[in-house]
Amino acid sequence: MVVTTYRPLPKELSDIQQEMEQHARDYGLDFFKTIFEVLDYEELSMFAAYGGFPVRYPHWRFGAQYDELMKGYSYGLQKIYEMVINTDPCYAYLLSANDITDQKLVIAHVYGHCDFFKNNAWFSQTNRKMLDQMANHATRMNRHIDNFGYEVVETFIDTCLSLESLIDPYAPHIRRTQKTETKEETKKRTDEESESTGGRFPAKYYMDRYINPEEVLEEEASQKRQKARELSDQLKFPKERMRDVLYFLIQYAPLEDWQRDVLTIIRDEACYFAPQGQTKIMNEGWASFWHSTIMTRHGLTDEGLINYADHHSGTMATSPNRLNPYKLGIELLKDIEERWNKGQFGPEYENCTDMYQKEHWDQDLGLGREKIFEVRRIHNDITFIDTFLTPEFCYKQKMFSFAFNDSNKTYEIQSREFQQIKQQLLNSLSNHGRPVIYVQDANYKNRGELYLEHEYLGVELKLDYAQDTLANLHSIWKRPVNIETVVDDRPTILSYDGKKHSTNSKEKK
Amino acid sequence: MVRRIDRDQQRFDKIIKGKVRQQLRKYINHGEMIGRKGRETVSIPVPNIEIPHFQHGEKGSGGVGQGEGEVGQPIGRGKGDGDGPGQAGNERGQHIREVELTLEELADMLGEALELPRIEPKGEDALTSKKDRYTSIRPTGPDSLRHFKRTYKRALRRMIATNNYDPQDPFIVPTKDDERFRSWKTVTEPHTNAAVIYMMDVSGSMTDVQKEIVRTEAFWIDTWLKRQYDGIERRYIVHDAVAHEVDEDTFYRIRESGGTRISSAYRAADHIIKRDFPPSLWNIYCFQFSDGDNWGEDNSDCIENLKQNLFPICNLFCYGQVRSPYGSGDFIKELRKVEEEFGNLILSEIDDKEAIYGSIKTFLGTGK
Repeated sequence: MVVTTYRPLPKELSDIQQEMEQHARDYGLDFFKTIFEVLDYEELSMFAAYGGFPVRYPHWRFGAQYDELMKGYSYGLQKIYEMVINTDPCYAYLLSANDITDQKLVIAHVYGHCDFFKNNAWFSQTNRKMLDQMANHATRMNRHIDNFGYEVVETFIDTCLSLESLIDPYAPHIRRTQKTETKEETKKRTDEESESTGGRFPAKYYMDRYINPEEVLEEEASQKRQKARELSDQLKFPKERMRDVLYFLIQYAPLEDWQRDVLTIIRDEACYFAPQGQTKIMNEGWASFWHSTIMTRHGLTDEGLINYADHHSGTMATSPNRLNPYKLGIELLKDIEERWNKGQFGPEYENCTDMYQKEHWDQDLGLGREKIFEVRRIHNDITFIDTFLTPEFCYKQKMFSFAFNDSNKTYEIQSREFQQIKQQLLNSLSNHGRPVIYVQDANYKNRGELYLEHEYLGVELKLDYAQDTLANLHSIWKRPVNIETVVDDRPTILSYDGKKHSTNSKEKK
Repeated sequence: MVRRIDRDQQRFDKIIKGKVRQQLRKYINHGEMIGRKGRETVSIPVPNIEIPHFQHGEKGSGGVGQGEGEVGQPIGRGKGDGDGPGQAGNERGQHIREVELTLEELADMLGEALELPRIEPKGEDALTSKKDRYTSIRPTGPDSLRHFKRTYKRALRRMIATNNYDPQDPFIVPTKDDERFRSWKTVTEPHTNAAVIYMMDVSGSMTDVQKEIVRTEAFWIDTWLKRQYDGIERRYIVHDAVAHEVDEDTFYRIRESGGTRISSAYRAADHIIKRDFPPSLWNIYCFQFSDGDNWGEDNSDCIENLKQNLFPICNLFCYGQVRSPYGSGDFIKELRKVEEEFGNLILSEIDDKEAIYGSIKTFLGTGK
């Protein structure tokens, strides 16, 4: 049953909304039509638990999320002020209990997000009609539940969720799977192959040297070897390692139709949410940049000042062991704007050795605003940090890298060196802090076993979780499954054959 | 009208309570929400189910933070940057902000979460005391109790109403009628006090992990008892082969080595009670934590000591056996033998951090 939460905005809010929208447009923000709804906390928690969508398929994890949000709120630990989803038109939900200054701030913040959703390249491939898509998923899922039973479908969803993160976040932007050959192409290729006969021409022994020169023969032989290698590569399956494990399973795992459909739904939704993970710092930074710009220049009234300052500083609070994406994002954007305004970029500036001159470098270019709009269009968190993080910025923001000390089981500050900080930050951002895993071989040992490879970048897998995940993978692949990883600094293969787990160190080639 | 989310929540609840999907039970984690009380951070249990993923372990992990600090300075055992469990990858544009929480609220939450009964103080004629509470306002009273703010406000209102107020020259002159005074009410309250004695084994086999468990558990016990009693006095005893009374800080930090003679702690506890807490006036609680690896010949001495001195006067005597890397001792087995006989002896085995909640429930679930 759909519970409608739609009610028109009260007059004072719709006035604010129109005012904020106008300010946002004046600054050049460009967004889809945005529909605001005012919800009480229960409703907002419900929407938040469903990832912002009112209609999702039934699953306990939404209930768990809801439970947590409600608990956090009723115990006064946390509070969601607003939520906005990436669709066209954008839907934004406001908490009814916000006071008027908070509503202003939040509405300005929402327009920042909407602009980002519409213009950032990494969102360009997302489904803007996801509201409908999610509802369709729910219908499909409910049909499977009707056919096969609640518990059966739920158990399978849990299995799929365990593998949910094994997608290729770049897949929408790059065509990785090759198009299958057309008939003409096949013909052309086989013709070419038959033409190149190769080998030794018949010749008299005294002419042989000239008719069959040795180097040509040699070359032909090597070509043949090459072909043979290619042929054996064709037997290897998949030919190239594949990042999108879920897609691979959908294609090739021995699943029933409804199971394949469930797995497809899980993957589609994971892909939809992926860009939000890839651009957390930028997205929040951008929205915060605009709420602070609009509020401090236009929106603030005398009586709202304290409230605004309190809310804004609460959002920007930093802590030693958790990087605040709002804070990092907004500060880095401000830094970029300032640098491009003053012309602090390019080889001339970079190569300047006079520290005093560098610090007071100001060419009065005024390119800052234009630059940050460009940044919001093309970057994701990784390229954003990679391109714009500077030693001066790290120093100003008191950033440091920390690492796990295995001997006393605590995290310790490791370094304040720029290179180390940047490296660590990029590492923890890559693949959203999750291990990168490929399908390496689906016919491992020529026994139809699945062989995955964990791209080891210095952090080992959590072993018990990895084993449980393997068990889930096995229930989909139905043949033994293996993953190559590193355990205790040694290359290791973790395997599960349906009955027991085994751990073998990988023999050196 | 049942909303979708209610149905999902009920389903989740059923799984947590173990009514369906038993195979998920091992993934239930007693997650925590972090609350702050002054400088102390406290956690509120929030059960969740964590579906296993391929994910990074702690070894070799790290992150980037912001703030002061020297290289090498520890910044905690918690998760690094990145995401909380389970939520990765589908974050929406949400604002979340932490808010403060009082210890009373925390205790209530704990009570609710663990379904703890309220404690009934012992004795029919519990002591009562009279207390003055400043709860209301009246127009007369001594100057020392004058409520400045209210007086000022009334004066301001009067001046504005009579058109004597000039914003350029904001002079406020209160008259006698404007004055307001704080006023009190005398209430009689049942006055109950609790004395809590914590005993911890600090012999060589108790490592930091075990002490962390003890600390967490002691914090929650403290919080709960404080909510139940007006005044709570705590005493701390550490022991290996001999026992010492120490202050709170030392209790959690001290590290000793050597053998274990539990009876020494009991004697020290008995001494403290006799000295400071006459049992007729105090509700006495003893909590003892050890890995149970006692000196064999000391066991009978311990039991004798308990029977003679501690059991008769304690509301509760709780023994928590923490599992250490060197295994679990068998002192708990000795106590099991007399468990039937004494209703106020509560035993609990704490294998790891997860077991703390269960253990607290065992200890405090009796409502004594």
